[in-house]
Amino acid sequence: MTFLRETSIVFNRQLRMNLRNPAWVIIGLMQPVLYLALFGPLLESFAPMLGTDNAYMVFVPGLLIQLGIFGALFAGFSLISEWRSGVIEAERVTPASRTALLLGRVLRDSVQLAVQGIVLIALGFAFGLRGSIGGMLIGLLITIALGTACASASNALALTTKSEDVMAPLINSVALPVLLLSGILIPMSVGPQWLQTISDFVPTKHIVEAVRAVFAGDFANGVVYWGIGWTAVLVALGLWAGTRTFRKENA
Amino acid sequence: MIHARGLSRTFDTKHGREKKQVQAVQGVDLDVEAGEIVGFLGPNGAGKTTTLRMLTTLLKPTAGTATVAGFDVATQPVDVRRSIGYVSQSGSTSPEALAGEEIVDHGMLYGVGKQQAERRGRELFEQLDLDGLWTRQPRTLSGGQRRRLDIAMGLVHDPGLVFLDEPTTGLDPQARANLWTHISALRSERGSTVFLTTHYLDEADALCDRILVIDHGEIVASDTPESLKRQVAGDLIELIVLSADQVAPAAARLSALAGADAEVADRTVSVRVPRAGTELPGLLRSLDADGIALESIEVRRPTLDDVFLELTGRSLREHA
Repeated sequence: MTFLRETSIVFNRQLRMNLRNPAWVIIGLMQPVLYLALFGPLLESFAPMLGTDNAYMVFVPGLLIQLGIFGALFAGFSLISEWRSGVIEAERVTPASRTALLLGRVLRDSVQLAVQGIVLIALGFAFGLRGSIGGMLIGLLITIALGTACASASNALALTTKSEDVMAPLINSVALPVLLLSGILIPMSVGPQWLQTISDFVPTKHIVEAVRAVFAGDFANGVVYWGIGWTAVLVALGLWAGTRTFRKENA
Repeated sequence: MIHARGLSRTFDTKHGREKKQVQAVQGVDLDVEAGEIVGFLGPNGAGKTTTLRMLTTLLKPTAGTATVAGFDVATQPVDVRRSIGYVSQSGSTSPEALAGEEIVDHGMLYGVGKQQAERRGRELFEQLDLDGLWTRQPRTLSGGQRRRLDIAMGLVHDPGLVFLDEPTTGLDPQARANLWTHISALRSERGSTVFLTTHYLDEADALCDRILVIDHGEIVASDTPESLKRQVAGDLIELIVLSADQVAPAAARLSALAGADAEVADRTVSVRVPRAGTELPGLLRSLDADGIALESIEVRRPTLDDVFLELTGRSLREHA
C-alpha cells in the first residue's frame, strides 16, 4: 500500500512537470509523425514488394516500436538534470522505497508513450492504415511494455553515468544498429540472407514482426509468441537494471 | 541524538590497473546531544560530507556503528530517515517545478497527508520569509531564497534533528547573515538539534555550541568555539615599538609575560597569552617603566583559523 502510494506521488509529480512543459513530448512525437508523412508515401509504391497491399500495415508498427525504443531510451536525460539539482538525493533521504522512486518515473514514460502511440495510430488511419483494431491494441501494449523496459534501463544508465555527454553517444551507438537491424522502416525479410541472419539475434526485430502480425490480425502466428516472449525478457531485464541501480547506495 | 563509534568509510578507487583503497573517514567517534547546535569543521576532502552521508543513511559505513535519533544507521535506515531532516548543498527542488508543489510532494513522501503537508509547507514558507513564493519556480528564486526553500523541504515532516551540509556556501554576506538567524531559530523556536558542516570559521563561531574539527578523516578536536580558541591558541598581543633599539627589551618583557619566546619581525614584537585582557594593564605599565615607547599595540582574539592551523599544521583558508 505504502509502495503504491509512494509510486503514485512520484508519478504525479513527474506527470505534472511534463504537462507544464510538454515540449519534449511533442518533439518526441514529431519524429515518427514526420516519418509517417514524408516517408510513408514513398513506401506506398513498394507495398507489393513488401508482400502487402497496404504499406502502412508494415510501416506504422515499425514507427510504433521506434517511438518505444528511442523515446524511452532518452527518458534518462531528465533524471540527470534532476540528480544535478539535488532532487534524487533529497528523495533518497525520505523513507520512501527506492523502487517507488524509479517506478513513478518509468510509469510517466509509459503513459507518455501510450498517448504518443495512440496519436500515431490515429494518424496512420488518416493515411490509410486499416487492420485489426484488437491487434492494434495488443501492438500498443507491446510497445508500452518495451518502452517501459527501455525507460527503466535508461534511468539506470543515467544514474550510473550522471552525464549527458557520456550517455548520449552510448545510447546512439546502441540504438542505431538496433533500429536498423530491427527492420523498422522496411522489413528484414526483403534483405539478403546474411542480413536476415544477423537480425535474428536482435530481439527487437522479433518484437517488430510480432506487432506487424497482430496489426494484421494474424494472432496465431509463431512470431507473435516470439515477440511477446522477447518483450517480457526485456521488461524483466530493464526493471532489474533500474531497481538495482536505484537501490544501490551512493547512487 | 547522534552517537557514532569508530565510524569508517573506505572507498575503492581504480587508478589505471592499480586498485587502491582510500580511507575517507577513519574511526570517527562523535556524540551530539538533543538541543545542541554542533558544527563539523574541516577543509574540503577532510571527510565531512562522507561522515554526513553515513549519518543520513545515504552511505553505508565500512566499519563502526552509529545511532541517529535512537536508530542504527545500518540496520534501521528507514527509521533514521523518518526522524531526520537533511538539507544537502546541491539543493532539493527541480528548477522547473513549483516551489509549493515540491514541498507538498516531499512531505507526502515522508508519509504526511496531502492537506497536512500543504498546511505545514505554508507555515514553513511564512517562518522562512518565503511568503508569496508558493507558486514560483525555484529557478526564478534568488540563491538565498532557494537555500531557505531547501531548508523548508528538510523540515516539512517536523524532524527533531536537522543536518545541514554547507548551508551558506555560495551566498552573499547579507544572505548568509539572514540564513544564520534562521538556523539559530531552528533550535530557539522549534527545539531542533542541528548538525551542520562548514568550512567557514565565522559560521561555526557564530552558530555552534560545539565544534568538531575533522582532518584526514579523523576528529582532531571537539569543544566549544571559545574554549578551543583559548586552549589551542590564546590571544595575540602584537606591538610595534618606535625605534629599532627597543625591540630587544620589548621582546624580553613579552617573553617573560608569556613564558615563551616572543616573535620578532622588524619593529613588530608579538606573543600569545591565554588572556590578553588581564595582562595588558600590567604590561603597559612595565613597558613604560622600562622607557619603551610604542607606536601601536594590538590585541587579536584567536580565530578558528588559528585553531585549525595549530591542530593540523595548515590553514583552513588554503582549502576553502
